[in-house]
Amino acid sequence: MSAESTLLYLDGVSVSFDGFKALKGLSLVMMPGEMRAIIGPNGAGKTTMMDVITGKTRPDTGTILFEGDTDLTRLREAAIANLGIGRKFQRPTVFEPHTVWDNLELALKAPRRPLKTLTYAISRDDRARIEEILDITRLSALRSRQAGSLSHGQKQWLEIGMLLAQDPKLLLVDEPVAGMTDAETEQTAELLCSIAGKHSVIVVEHDMSFVRALGVKVTVLAEGSVLAEGSLDAVSANQQVIDTYLGR
Amino acid sequence: MLLRFFLMGLDRKAGIVLTILAILAVAVPAMTLWVPADSPFHLSIFTVSLLGKYLCFALLALALDLVWGYCGILSLGHAAFFALGGYAMGMYLMRQIGPRGVYGNPVLPDFMVFLNWKELPWYWLGFDHFWFAAIMVLVVPGALAFAFGWFAFRSRVTGVYLSIITQALTFALLLAFFRNDMGFGGNNGLTDFKDILGYDIQADTTRVALFVATVAALALSYMIASGVIGSKLGKVLVALRDAESRVRFMGYDTESYKLFAWTLSACMAGVAGALYVPQVGIINPSEFAPASSIEAVIWVAVGGRGTLAGAILGAVLVNMGKSYFTGALPELWLFALGGLFVAVTLFLPKGLLGMGAQLKAKLPGRKASPLPTAQTANQATGQTAGQKGA
Repeated sequence: MSAESTLLYLDGVSVSFDGFKALKGLSLVMMPGEMRAIIGPNGAGKTTMMDVITGKTRPDTGTILFEGDTDLTRLREAAIANLGIGRKFQRPTVFEPHTVWDNLELALKAPRRPLKTLTYAISRDDRARIEEILDITRLSALRSRQAGSLSHGQKQWLEIGMLLAQDPKLLLVDEPVAGMTDAETEQTAELLCSIAGKHSVIVVEHDMSFVRALGVKVTVLAEGSVLAEGSLDAVSANQQVIDTYLGR
Repeated sequence: MLLRFFLMGLDRKAGIVLTILAILAVAVPAMTLWVPADSPFHLSIFTVSLLGKYLCFALLALALDLVWGYCGILSLGHAAFFALGGYAMGMYLMRQIGPRGVYGNPVLPDFMVFLNWKELPWYWLGFDHFWFAAIMVLVVPGALAFAFGWFAFRSRVTGVYLSIITQALTFALLLAFFRNDMGFGGNNGLTDFKDILGYDIQADTTRVALFVATVAALALSYMIASGVIGSKLGKVLVALRDAESRVRFMGYDTESYKLFAWTLSACMAGVAGALYVPQVGIINPSEFAPASSIEAVIWVAVGGRGTLAGAILGAVLVNMGKSYFTGALPELWLFALGGLFVAVTLFLPKGLLGMGAQLKAKLPGRKASPLPTAQTANQATGQTAGQKGA
């Protein structure tokens, strides 16, 4: 497959830490607007995959291209984020001393250089965009609350809101519903589905009912490479997948 | 734009701080120069210089709070920037002595004549002009901080490792400035100053003017610092203090943010040192001693880290305590200082300025915060931030 029309193109990516091979020749292709769920047992390399895409970890070998021509293996985290790759961590990390509003304002797509932020004054458009995101994430009433005082689920939502504010082309979401109630899980699935289309999304998740609710193509990782790919039903029926993951 | 920047940082707390400083700037000169000496409201010139010294330390504390309180960079070497600013001013003051030195050499300071030097080293050139020295007061500490920060932040040195390197930096400078052939007066440093800007440095009016200049520098630095903190840049700083990698994944180049605050802070510390030297009349390598930097950390911790006003309060109070103790019970001072630091860390993790909020939260029957969960959450973040910084 040619890399040109793809949004994200990983080919033969390997990473090892002190001899432990976290990724072994991982290959993955994402098309613009696509949403993908990634599942796999612990240690399958899901988080390491996100680390190499976002520049936190450098791969030992392999190619990672964004929009067909930008080599992500040479860039630093901030530069990659500015290309339009957003990341949501497993544990919700919002800026706890700041208000919900300030968290969104910091995430909002705007010039990132220090001198630009020193003289930044919020514009009417920016204000409207933050209001819109507060609305989508149902945090409007909590805008002046300190983010540290939010519940776990609300923090997850705020973090998704921050990603929306960042307006990335590709969103990497690590276990968005861990620790959420069933109702919150359902709402989160809805939210992610509404995001997909405008943005490409990669979701890493353990929760099978959540993955089912997303209803998207699933990639199963095991021991650092792709084990199977397809619809959830198709991969669930795959004997190898059952042996390494679902069966346990 | 500049006006808006300053207005951004002006909240109620800033109003109080600036009002107190304005009162000091008027009352202290009036009580010294115009109130007759036999009146109980008269301030001796000794007291004025002592107050001026405290406010120089307050400015150093403010600079330290900017990086420690808001970026989580615990500098154990901030006195180095203070001393470099002081040396830049000291070099100007040495050149102003001219032929009035013991050896009467119109160009060379006494210590150079004593070392049989024939001409002024190149790095002393220009220091006969006040404007040049004033620029160097900012440029030398700023450039050192920039170079140091560039390498340290880019190599992702953080936390305790960074603290240790800052300590090593100030210790290295201490050793370097002790050497006679560095050309900064060695062990004795620079002293015996006569004039500043043509005015007798010992005269009452000059000393009062230096005090007022210190108040002005502190007020201006406070406004700059709170303007920075109040801006979006300040919010980025606080965010990266608590979750640096998250800020990076948001597209902010956190290294340049830290470098900005770090360099600004070093320049402020340099100004503090430059105002300190003419008021105490000497600068020597002991200012580089690691203990001076650690003392500055204690001032900030006592007053309340991450509050700006607390840094000023802490510096003034601890130094007033030091003046009292070293006079009354000199052998007890270090124990008192150590005890103070332990007590503040244990009982007042947010310092004196945080004490009010802490007491309110503990009072039964009175709801300090509409969100009890918010209170505990804040304390939790404060602690993790503290651990990261320590």
